[in-house]
Amino acid sequence: MDLNFTPEEEAFRAEVQAFLKAKLPARIANKVKAGQRLTKADQDEWHAILNERGWYANHWPQEWGGPGWGAVQKFIFDHECALAGGPRIVPFGVNMLGPVLIKYGNEAQKRYWLPRILSGADWWCQGYSEPGAGSDLASVKTTAVRQGDHYLVNGQKTWTTQGQHANMIFCLVRTDREAKPQEGISFLLVDMNTLGVELRPIRTLDGDREVNEVFFTDVKVPLDNLVGEENKGWTCAKYLLTYERTGIAGVGMSVAALEKLKVIANKVQRNGRPLAQDPLFATRMAKVEIDLENMKTTNLRVIAAVAGGGVPGAESSMLKICGTEIRQEILSLMRRAVGPYALPFIEAAQYEGDTDEPVGPKEAATAAANYFNYRKLSIFGGSNEIQKNIISKMILGL
Amino acid sequence: MNFEHTQDRRMLADTLNRFIAEQYGIEFRNHHAYGEQGHAPERWQQLAELGAIGALFPEAVGGFGGAGFDIAVVFECLGRGLVTEPFLGALMVGRAIVAAGSAAQKAHLAALMDGSTVAALAHDEPEGHYELERVRTRAERQGDGWVLNGHKAVVVHGQHAQLLLVSARTSGAVDSAEGISLFLVDGNAAGVQRRGYGRMDGGSACELTLNQVHVGADDLLGTEGQGLAVLERAVGYGVLALCAESVGAMDVAKQHTLEYLQTRQQFGKPIGSFQALQHRMADVLLEVEQARSAVINAAAALDADRFTRERALSAAKFTIGRIGTRVAEESIQLHGGIGMTWELPLSHYAKRMVMIDHQLGDEDHHLARYMQLNAAHT
Repeated sequence: MDLNFTPEEEAFRAEVQAFLKAKLPARIANKVKAGQRLTKADQDEWHAILNERGWYANHWPQEWGGPGWGAVQKFIFDHECALAGGPRIVPFGVNMLGPVLIKYGNEAQKRYWLPRILSGADWWCQGYSEPGAGSDLASVKTTAVRQGDHYLVNGQKTWTTQGQHANMIFCLVRTDREAKPQEGISFLLVDMNTLGVELRPIRTLDGDREVNEVFFTDVKVPLDNLVGEENKGWTCAKYLLTYERTGIAGVGMSVAALEKLKVIANKVQRNGRPLAQDPLFATRMAKVEIDLENMKTTNLRVIAAVAGGGVPGAESSMLKICGTEIRQEILSLMRRAVGPYALPFIEAAQYEGDTDEPVGPKEAATAAANYFNYRKLSIFGGSNEIQKNIISKMILGL
Repeated sequence: MNFEHTQDRRMLADTLNRFIAEQYGIEFRNHHAYGEQGHAPERWQQLAELGAIGALFPEAVGGFGGAGFDIAVVFECLGRGLVTEPFLGALMVGRAIVAAGSAAQKAHLAALMDGSTVAALAHDEPEGHYELERVRTRAERQGDGWVLNGHKAVVVHGQHAQLLLVSARTSGAVDSAEGISLFLVDGNAAGVQRRGYGRMDGGSACELTLNQVHVGADDLLGTEGQGLAVLERAVGYGVLALCAESVGAMDVAKQHTLEYLQTRQQFGKPIGSFQALQHRMADVLLEVEQARSAVINAAAALDADRFTRERALSAAKFTIGRIGTRVAEESIQLHGGIGMTWELPLSHYAKRMVMIDHQLGDEDHHLARYMQLNAAHT
C-alpha cells in the first residue's frame, strides 16, 4: 500500500507543470479560472499547443500519434491541467471518435480522419441523443437507408454540444427498423455542410448557447462513412461511452473549484467576519472537502487497478456519480457564497473582455450561471440514475 | 502508487479471517459478547498467538508491524467477524506506553502482546462528550507518589482489565490543554470501583470510580501535565482502528443485504429487481468505497506530521460515522421486518457500525475537530 506516485510519475508531473507554465496562455487560463465561456478560437489554440507537444490525443496509441500514456499519466495530466486553469480538451473528436476509429475503423478511415482530428481540420460533434432517445439511447429513430453509393439520412439529433463550431458529426442511426433496438443501429460520419443538415441552437437556462438540435432531411452520406459493420453500431456506441472514463470524476476540476471557493469565502463577509469562519458555511465546506479527499483516493484506486493499460468498467459509474455530486456541491456553495450577488445576471460578464465595472465581487459574475450550467454534470454521459442501474447490474449483479 | 497490501499483511489477514470464520462464528460470538465477560478469553489468547496483537506494535518493542496499514488490516478482519475481544485497549494503552513509557513501563508491552494482560483506556468522563482536554479526575501528589480521585465513563472492557491508563488533572482548569497527566493503574488497586455492564452492540464496559487510589511516581506515564499529546496520539491509533473495523463490518453488511435482495421474493420476483431498492444498494456500495478510501488516507497519514495526521484521522472518523450509520440503517431497511430481529446476524453488524460512532468521537465531534485543525493551520 503506497499512496505516493513513483519518482518517474513525479518527474512526469513536473514535466506537465513546466509545460503548462510555459505554454498555457495566461489569457485562456484566466478565463477558465473566472468561469468565463471559451470561444472556438480559444479551444483551437489550446488544442494546437497540446498537439505540438504530442499530448493532444493522449488516449491514442503511439502508432497514431498518441503519447502512449497509461492511466496514471492521463490522470496526472488532467489533474495538473485543471489546477493550472487549462481548458478541458473538447472530447468529441479526439477522445470519443478517435478511439472508435482506431478500434473499428478501416485503414482508409484511420488514415484520413485521424490526422484531421490532430490538426484541427475537422471539429467533431456527437450525434447520439434524440428527442425520444436520452437515457434510452438504443431507441434512436434517425434512419439511414442505403441508396446506391450513399445512405439517405432522416431524423433529428439533440443536445449536440458545441455543434455550432462543428463541420462533422458522428451519428447513431437506425439501419434496420425490424431488428431489436440495439441490433439495427449503425455508426455514421456525416459532413455538417451536406445539403439537408440544419442546426438550431438551444438556449440553456444559464443563457448560454453551447448545445444544439441537428435536423437531417434527405441527407446523402457516402457509404464509406460507415464505421464498423452495418447494424453493429451499438458496439461502437458502447465502446465510446465506456472508453473516456479515467477523467470522468473530474477530481482536478473539483480541487480547483474548491480552492476558488475558499478564496471567495475568505473575502465575502457575514456578521462582520469572513464567511469561511461562519460555522454553518464552514461546515458545508469542510464536508465537501472531506468527500473530495476520499474521492481522490477512490479515483486513484480505480486508476491503479487499470494501470496495466485496461479501461475501467463499471467502476467508472461509481466515479461519475461521486465526482459529479461533489463538483455540483462545490458550485452550489460558490453560488451561496456570493449571497445576494448571485442575483445579477450580466451576460457580457460571462465572456472575456467585459470592461464594465463588475456588480458586486468579481467572482459573483459567473457563480450562479455556472451553478446552473453544471447541473448538466449529473445528466450527461449517462445520467447518474443510469449509472446506478449499471452498478446494480454489473457490480452488484442485481 | 499501489493499493495492494504487502504479502505479509495479506497473509496475516488470511490467517485471521480463516480463524475468525472457523472459531468465532456469530452464535459463538453472540454467546460471549452478550455474556458475563463480554468476550471469549480463550479466543483472545488464540488470536494473540496468531500475532493479531503483535501486529499492532513496531519491531523495536517486540511487535512485528505497528504501521497504519498493519492496524487497519487487523481491525478490518475483526470488524468482518464482529470480534469483541479487547484489542482496542491493547492498542491505545500499548501505543501510549511505546510513545511515552519508561523502560520499566515498557515491560508491560510483552504481556499486552501475548494477551495475558487486558488493558483499557479510562479517559472519558460523565460530563464530557468526546473532548480530549476535558478532565476533572484529579491526581494529587502525596509523598513519592500520587492519589487519584474521579469518575471515568464507559471504559470499554474496563471491568476485567488488569491495566488501566487513566487521564487525570494535575493542574489547570477542567478543560485546559495543559495539566493533564497519564497514569498506569492496576485494575485491582485499592479504591478502584468498577460497575460493569454489557454494551448495546455486545462486549462489556464499566463506570470506573477512583476513590483515593494510590499510585507510585513510576506509574506516571510521560511528563507531568503534558499528557494531552500522548493521549491524542494513543486515541489516534484507536480512531484508525475503529474506522477500519467499521469498514470490515460494512463489507459484511453489504454482502448480507445483497444476498437478501437476490433471494427474497415479493410480487413474484426477487426484490433486488426493483429499481427503488437497486439504487439504494448502489448508494451503499459507493459510500462503502468512499469509507474505504478514508481509512486508506488515515492509515497512510498515521506517521505524518500532526496536522496531516490528525486531519486525516478526523476526516476518516467523520466519514465512517456518517457512512457506518447509513449502511446500518439501509441494511435494516432493505431487509425489512427480518432486519429488526436479534436472530439475524446483520442486526448485530448494524448495531456495531452505529455504536462505533459513539466511541472516540462521533461524526459531529470529528467534523468540528477537522474544521478547528484547518482553521488553526491557516
